[in-house]
Amino acid sequence: MSEGRVKGKVLPISKPCVGVAGKTGSWRVMRPVYDDSKCVKCRLCWLYCPENAIDLNEEGGPFIKINYDYCKGCGICASVCPKNAITMVPEG
Amino acid sequence: MVVKPLTGNYAAAYAAKLSRVKVVAAYPITPQTTIVEKLAQFIEDGEMDAKMIRVESEHSALAAAYGAASGGVRAYTATSSQGLLYMHEMVWWVAGSRIPLVMTIVTRTLGPPWNIWTDHSDIMDQRDSGWLIMMAEHNQEVLDETIKMFKITEDPRVFLPGIVGLDAFILSHTTEPVDIPDQELVDTFLPPRRQPYVFKPGDSLLMGNVPRNLKENMRMREDIHNSLEAAKKVIEEVDEEWGKLTGRRYGGLIECYRCEDASHFIVGMGAWVGDMREAVDSLRTNGIKVGLIKVRYVRPFPREDILKWVVNAKSVIVFDRSVSAGSAGPLFLDVAAHLMAAGIRVPVKNILAGITGLDVTYEDIADAVLKSVAEVEETGKFSRFIEWYYGR
Ligand code: SF4
Ligand code: SF4
Repeated sequence: MSEGRVKGKVLPISKPCVGVAGKTGSWRVMRPVYDDSKCVKCRLCWLYCPENAIDLNEEGGPFIKINYDYCKGCGICASVCPKNAITMVPEG
Repeated sequence: MVVKPLTGNYAAAYAAKLSRVKVVAAYPITPQTTIVEKLAQFIEDGEMDAKMIRVESEHSALAAAYGAASGGVRAYTATSSQGLLYMHEMVWWVAGSRIPLVMTIVTRTLGPPWNIWTDHSDIMDQRDSGWLIMMAEHNQEVLDETIKMFKITEDPRVFLPGIVGLDAFILSHTTEPVDIPDQELVDTFLPPRRQPYVFKPGDSLLMGNVPRNLKENMRMREDIHNSLEAAKKVIEEVDEEWGKLTGRRYGGLIECYRCEDASHFIVGMGAWVGDMREAVDSLRTNGIKVGLIKVRYVRPFPREDILKWVVNAKSVIVFDRSVSAGSAGPLFLDVAAHLMAAGIRVPVKNILAGITGLDVTYEDIADAVLKSVAEVEETGKFSRFIEWYYGR
């Protein structure tokens, strides 16, 4: 958070940006691994990811891309995926 | 200007209306309910241009009012007792985010057992949260201070929310003549709403995100404290301005009664200050030089004002209508700490009375003070600093 100062007051406000809370990827103990061959492009993982760490690729190639800098390994994407296209594996 | 018979609750409702509150969010709880009932009626009758948000709990009531206030409008809520405790988490969020907002607390004791009568347990439970907190003595003060509280809390030197407290039933459901100022007068008095930032569509802003720098986080707390200290001057200025417009000056953070030549001082807060005035009169008739310090604002705490009066006193007797169990009454703790820190060695005593709503008459107060003064006159000190007073 970049703490705001308005009219001399120290305020708990900030401008939204990528990674405002730092690299939450370091919290991860389980890593979501994606298998593009099983994916049916339903977008549920993208919708449910609480960290906005999943980007969609509509241009061809692997449909989703997980940003491991901010993915905290909660496993929600793997849980909501109807095709088991995402598997949680222990971090190395 | 028109004088009308009003309950304390209706006085609060009229004040919110005159302050042109735009959003009211509330959940019913005795003895607060008739405030928001009255506001709902004003809105329904087209007398007040506001939205009433009905919610499922007090936690949501304050959250909704807070959201509206963050969006740039004057917002208001009211609650009591258990409802206030349920709301407590949001109480800290509003102060921490520096959003001005006004809330009425009709003070009521806390369970168990179930009990609807007044004491100050609920309001004093909020005292560390960063809100301005005041207690009214009568219904006129409820109306006046609610309007003033909008001006005080929206002053850039303050930018904090504020609570106006009134005792359950003694004020909330008791009718007194109240002078209702004209809308034009209130409009001149209250400037357009000011606040440190506004959430608006298209202008993204985050509030309350995880801090990366804890020093800066601690500075936010210091800033709240400093702004409460700065609020003392604002409270006095606003009191003076309101006094010029209406003829009613209260004296800022405290109000004194027969203090000029007093050697013993009573300190109290809330509706029973009215009984304390009578107790002072009756003690004075018996030749005891007692003065009364009415604490209007408990946050910010009127340290300087109280010390100024009691510096040469023979004793100070602080009445609390709530207790910090395991220590003492909260008003007493503040008074005693600031006396000690200022190096003033006056015998000081805490009388705990009226807790859970036990009735206290002016004769009770006079009796308790008489005995205390007799002891200090004879021995120069109080043998015990705390007394649970159950009546004569
Ligand atoms: S594990 Fe959690 S944080 Fe990581 S991509 Fe999946 S849903 Fe998002
Ligand atoms: S939830 Fe599974 S199937 Fe749906 S888009 Fe994500 S990875 Fe593909």
